[in-house]
Amino acid sequence: MYHDILITLMVLTNFTLVATSRIHKSIQVAAFQGVLLGLLPLTLGLGFHIHILLMATAAVVVKGWFIPFLLRRALTKVHIHREVHPYIGYTVLLMLCAFGTGMSIVLAHNLPLKPGGPFALFVPAALATLFTGFLLLVSRRKAITQVVGYLVLENGIYLFGLMLIEDMPILVETGVLLDLFVGIFVMGIVINHISVAFDSMDTRQLAELKD
Amino acid sequence: MVWFLILLPLIAAGAAFASPSPKWRVRILTTTAILHFVGLLAALGGYGTLPASAWLGLDALGGWVLLVISVLFLVCALYAPAYLALRPDRDGRIFTVSLLSFLGLASLLAQSQHPGITWVAMETTTLATAPLIYFNHNRHSLEATWKYLLIGSVGIALALLGTLFIAYAANMGGVEEPLLYGRLMRESALLSRPWLRAGFVLVLVGYGTKMGLAPMHTWKPDAYGETPGIVGALLAGGVTSCAFLALLRMYAVVATAGEAQFARELLIGFGLLSMTWAMVFMVRQLDFKRLLAYSSVEHMGILVLGIGIGGNAARFALFHLAANALVKSVLFLSAGNIHRSYASKQLPYVTGAIRRTPVSGWLFLLGFLAITGTPPFAPFISEFNIAYTALTTGHPWVGTVFLVLLGAIFLGMSDTVIKVVFGTPSAQRVRTPYKDTFATTAPMIAALTLALIMGLWLPRPLQNMLQMAAAIVGGQP
Repeated sequence: MYHDILITLMVLTNFTLVATSRIHKSIQVAAFQGVLLGLLPLTLGLGFHIHILLMATAAVVVKGWFIPFLLRRALTKVHIHREVHPYIGYTVLLMLCAFGTGMSIVLAHNLPLKPGGPFALFVPAALATLFTGFLLLVSRRKAITQVVGYLVLENGIYLFGLMLIEDMPILVETGVLLDLFVGIFVMGIVINHISVAFDSMDTRQLAELKD
Repeated sequence: MVWFLILLPLIAAGAAFASPSPKWRVRILTTTAILHFVGLLAALGGYGTLPASAWLGLDALGGWVLLVISVLFLVCALYAPAYLALRPDRDGRIFTVSLLSFLGLASLLAQSQHPGITWVAMETTTLATAPLIYFNHNRHSLEATWKYLLIGSVGIALALLGTLFIAYAANMGGVEEPLLYGRLMRESALLSRPWLRAGFVLVLVGYGTKMGLAPMHTWKPDAYGETPGIVGALLAGGVTSCAFLALLRMYAVVATAGEAQFARELLIGFGLLSMTWAMVFMVRQLDFKRLLAYSSVEHMGILVLGIGIGGNAARFALFHLAANALVKSVLFLSAGNIHRSYASKQLPYVTGAIRRTPVSGWLFLLGFLAITGTPPFAPFISEFNIAYTALTTGHPWVGTVFLVLLGAIFLGMSDTVIKVVFGTPSAQRVRTPYKDTFATTAPMIAALTLALIMGLWLPRPLQNMLQMAAAIVGGQP
């Protein structure tokens, strides 16, 4: 019951993400989505054994606090607050996002599910979130919002991974979270270099290499 | 031995990070490369006896790929001291640490028998090699690093989703944990087909991005074009080999499950598309480092094409992995030397390299001849046999297109290479103090000699190993 609400909220945050132009807000919303994801395993009726508690805490800390913290810190150095002139306009993006969510439901319908699990909404929501991440990645010009897109894309994959939470070795889960964290950390460093070298975070500047 | 191969480079990376003197860092790098190679040779004695329940360990396939990477790393590590001495302006610390971490992670990946561990190792490899691309610290290398990181991370994220799909396929079929490759292959009849197929497509796109298959290769020309030649060599022969191995492991699972036909069609499609795409961009390519990057796209295409054709071609695709890595190291390192000598990598400014840097010029020319399939170098053997297998086992069209593309690529590439190597001297050329020395050319000569020997003769134990590795790819756990 609660998990359906959390997943519905996740899909709604997708729409907020594509529609917002303020960078601080998009980081905030992505962090909120991370917290929802972290809480999700606790609502699946799997009990509260140590493995599940550990994963929930790790996800909330990494996705809900640490990564947003890194992204905000990268923002303090440059004075930008808004994503001006994205490659694709906000209205079109919203419509694309709605279309993608619809397509995810159709696609998920074609993949069989293990009967009896609480996972009916997981696959469509995971695919929709993945698609939203892609949309953000290709439509935004600022390096930092592209990283937010990557984070959302990873959230979609993590949501799918939760279907396997009982079976996945903790070693692999930790590895995945750690890699996400280090990945964003490295991207943060590169963003820092970009803003020093170009005096902006606009990836339009990064278009000199071509054939 | 398993842990020795992984931890030795990682500990060495830590030591290199802590070491204050550039001299010691270089010593650590070369010593580690030699020790890793020797350790690997010792470990390879037991590749046939890997227990089925092991999470980490060398089998024939992982052993072969790691052998290729270890030899390539040794070549690069022997070249590195002279290169770093030429670049006192740049921080060699991060450079050495990244190189050594890459070797440790590649050893982890090659020995991993669990798809999750493989994925973690592959992703970490991406992160470890990103600082190498930013070595020159200018705007162009920054742009290349950003593209490499972002496209690579998205690709690898898709590979993770594909891996999870296949895990769910096993979960639905009631396959028990842990989902080691061996178990997935033994119990492949239980896997849920729709999830398996969808998972393989995602894994192919994901690891294909890391390999640089068209059309997911867009980071490649930028990254290879802006890094030092030594990093290009390591990326083109090392990182791509890791991604290819990760893909092969999943292909083996899919093939055992009886979905080989489906997977092969995809692999042939991506293979031919990559070769075609590379050919289009190699014609009239003025930047010789980007030329090599497109050549790498082409050869990644040949690798997946060989697997897609199957049978003998799969074995020769694995052989080609080694041939390509060796010859690419020669090409990238000599291109790096020529770049250094002319302070440019664009055609009108770089001509007549054979007179200015005779050894590098010759090696660049010979490397070009070798990579395009001139006998008796190793790539000829693999390219010839892949074409032969395609033509004789029911893929006449694929074989014909493959040969036509190889011919067209030879012509396209020769135009640029011949102008760079011979060419008439022009007034616009810059002259830097760089001169070919023993230290900057000997590693390349060794690599090219090895590629020549491989083309003529492969020792019996290696032949057996290759045979067993191909059997694993074909679906025998």
